[in-house]
Amino acid sequence: MSSEQPKGGADKSTPIPDNAAVRAADALDSRLGIYGAAKKNLRKVFPDHWSFMLGEVALYSFIVLLLTGVFLTLFFKPSMQEVVYDGSYVPLQGIHMSQAYASTLDISFDIRGGLAMRQIHHWAALIFVSSLFVHMFRIFFTGAFRKPREINWLFGFLLLVLAMVNGFTGYSLPDDLLSGTGLRIAEGVVLAIPLVGTYVQFFLFGGEFPGEDIVPRLFTIHVLLIPAIMVGLVTVHLILVFYQKHTQFPGPGKTEKNVVGLPLLPVYAAKAGGFFFIVFGITAALGGLVQINPIWSYGPYNPGQITAGSQPDWYIGFLEGSLRLMPNWEWNIWGHTFSFNVLIPSLILPGVLFTFMAMYPWIEGWITGDKREHHLLDRPRNMPVRTGLGVAWITCYGVLWVCGGNDIIATHFHMSINAITWIGRVAFFVAPVLAYLATVRICKGLQRRDRDKVLHGRETGVIKKLPHGEFIEIHEPLEPGMRHTLTAHEQPKPYELDAAEDENGVARKVKRSDKLRSRMSHWYFAEPIEKPTAEEYKELTSGHGHH
Amino acid sequence: MSSQDKSEVPEEHLPEVPASAHVPAESDPFADPGLPAHEPRRTDIDEKAANRAERQVAFLFVISMLATIGFIWSYVGIDKDRIIDIFFFGKIGAQNAALGGTLGIALFCIGAGAIHWARTLMTDEEIVQERHEFTSDPETREYAIREFTQGASDSVIGRRPLIRRTMIGAMALVPLSGVVLLRDLGPMPGTKLRHTEWKPGKELINEATGLPIKPDDIVKGSLTMALPEGLVEKYGPAGQKEELSHGWLEKAGMSAILLVRLEPKDVKSKKELAWGHEGIVAYSKICTHVGCPIGLYEQQTHHLLCPCHQSTFDLADDGKVVFGPAARSLPQLKIHVNEAGNLAASQDFAEPVGASFWERG
Repeated sequence: MSSEQPKGGADKSTPIPDNAAVRAADALDSRLGIYGAAKKNLRKVFPDHWSFMLGEVALYSFIVLLLTGVFLTLFFKPSMQEVVYDGSYVPLQGIHMSQAYASTLDISFDIRGGLAMRQIHHWAALIFVSSLFVHMFRIFFTGAFRKPREINWLFGFLLLVLAMVNGFTGYSLPDDLLSGTGLRIAEGVVLAIPLVGTYVQFFLFGGEFPGEDIVPRLFTIHVLLIPAIMVGLVTVHLILVFYQKHTQFPGPGKTEKNVVGLPLLPVYAAKAGGFFFIVFGITAALGGLVQINPIWSYGPYNPGQITAGSQPDWYIGFLEGSLRLMPNWEWNIWGHTFSFNVLIPSLILPGVLFTFMAMYPWIEGWITGDKREHHLLDRPRNMPVRTGLGVAWITCYGVLWVCGGNDIIATHFHMSINAITWIGRVAFFVAPVLAYLATVRICKGLQRRDRDKVLHGRETGVIKKLPHGEFIEIHEPLEPGMRHTLTAHEQPKPYELDAAEDENGVARKVKRSDKLRSRMSHWYFAEPIEKPTAEEYKELTSGHGHH
Repeated sequence: MSSQDKSEVPEEHLPEVPASAHVPAESDPFADPGLPAHEPRRTDIDEKAANRAERQVAFLFVISMLATIGFIWSYVGIDKDRIIDIFFFGKIGAQNAALGGTLGIALFCIGAGAIHWARTLMTDEEIVQERHEFTSDPETREYAIREFTQGASDSVIGRRPLIRRTMIGAMALVPLSGVVLLRDLGPMPGTKLRHTEWKPGKELINEATGLPIKPDDIVKGSLTMALPEGLVEKYGPAGQKEELSHGWLEKAGMSAILLVRLEPKDVKSKKELAWGHEGIVAYSKICTHVGCPIGLYEQQTHHLLCPCHQSTFDLADDGKVVFGPAARSLPQLKIHVNEAGNLAASQDFAEPVGASFWERG
């Protein structure tokens, strides 16, 4: 271990104290061997970058969800038993409703701090899913998912999917008009599944929609099944981050073989621990001050009622948008109904989008043929195709998400809903392509700027007039560290097929997959902006007064 | 583990280091100059600044303590029904705002204090640690594989195919019990999705008033929601609510209808007029897309819009889809006027209402 701490390790002269804390630690060590783990981890180094806190936001909002969720379970009654409301919210007094809805009203109006807790829980859920998405974007755009971290990408992906599913189940529990509408749509989606859909619906809901079973069933899924799986996945995710050590951005002193940063004890512990309190504090203030999901104004669920402008939570909005954009294709073959108008937008399309996301590390690994470990992050501009693909994915998701609110756009901007839907249909196909092309161009432009900066230095803004009257701007050479940072990335060559004929002139059989891989690889690495070479740099700097 | 910790990552697992790296800058201008020297912060060299930072951290922690006291006071001291108007946040419950706000401040200040402490007074000198290799060394690899092979061979699983095959068979079958156990989650669908509560002669009950509907009640341009008898909440003679039969929500979810009065000359379909009464027509309220109740009626065009996914149906043309993701027309309910002068159903819907399903055909 000593080799792991060339710098910053505690001085040998630091005295070993003899006090109650040490004696307690000794007692634990003789039973659990804690000093071994402490030796490895107490001074573990974590690199610092603002984007590394995105995963932390996700972790902390998850903890906030667990804490506030436990509080809510103490008062929430997951039952569809019909009751007559007699709580303190006057407009609903005397109304028939399910116990689930009535107890949610009690939490909101009769349990002190209950509404704050409910709203903290809801805000934390929105922040949780948002931070998971943004955290994954960071991992994606910097190539942090590459070997050896592909498995952790997959765990993170599963956490994202489970978070979205659990968000939906939680949203459905209060049994208010809006949550019931969401469930009704889910029921329609389940019914559209070929062959087994009708049976799945009857088993899931315990009969016809809505039935009396769905809320207690969703409750068990929401508070037990999915959270238990998520706690397990989060634990493994963090163990892997610890074990594999964090990635870092290239820079002076940072290599593939080291990790540069501040030690867990005390700096990272204080910063990360402090950040937990900041995330919790902001969510708590939001929960107290900013209203979210005012279920009392929606009324109890009744399958015959609805309000205009019904919207799901933001992360389900893309499914709503894809359902809205889809043309009304439905086939009837041999007495069976294929509801493509429901199947494609709600199951097949999200399936493709999210499978691509889950498999991306392996897709890219196969195309590039790169089997090496990567601990230094890519700057997104240096991988234009990957960055372009990511932006195209986000654009695709974004178009669907925006179209999930096409009715709100129509009423706010006085536009035709049909026109907005048609724009959305076209944009779904065209916008990702345009976003891809624009991103690749921007990336290459930024690479060119890096190249110029390395070769010609930084623009100082100082204008100098030369004796013969010419004005030039003075460029200041970059620091060696910056020069290194801007040129540290690799520029891989595309994967080349072997010659079509071997040295004896015999035609070689080229596998189809190899051909595809070569084509994809050329697409990935084609036309790079060449990094400046040492010769170019010297030629430019050895001359007089470069500009 | 310890042997791995010491070993460095072998070269072949790492990206190529540019041939130029770690060479003096004269020969390579892009070489890694190594970690920059640590630059002390103000608090590292100025004891006064350090003391000031300490007081700032302590101040934040004190604020947190006060906020927690404020939280407890809000819990016991503020009336839970009091509403206050806060600029920008609008009218909100005073107690919830106070509880959330004080809890937020109490937590935030702990976090801000800890981070300020870390940034000003804890070391900011970066440490370099070596990464360790994940791939085991060949010795460990061979040892592990050999041990596993030995273990597998000790189990004789390779030499005893009968055990192997029956074990695989048993393991493959046993999860079936779990699947079978799920059977009683719900009843078989049967033909339940094909029928609603409408039967010949069943009266239409206005959902809003709880009363039967006379043709004159339906005025042009308005949308009337109706349900079969027995599914609408009614008040008894003494003003008490009459209990609805068990499962009324499921039945209402299938049977909800809406009534409109159209100008007979505007109606394109003869069958539609024949199934209505003097231009009054009844349609299922449940969207044929995924089953949302439809509620937005545009009187000028006779179009009915579903608020969920904007499927649009033309009520003057057999409920045909004119826009949106729904594939099928809205089912029409055949109605007539009975001896009491009330609107009543002549039969159940001729086709299943609501979302499509596999067996629908």
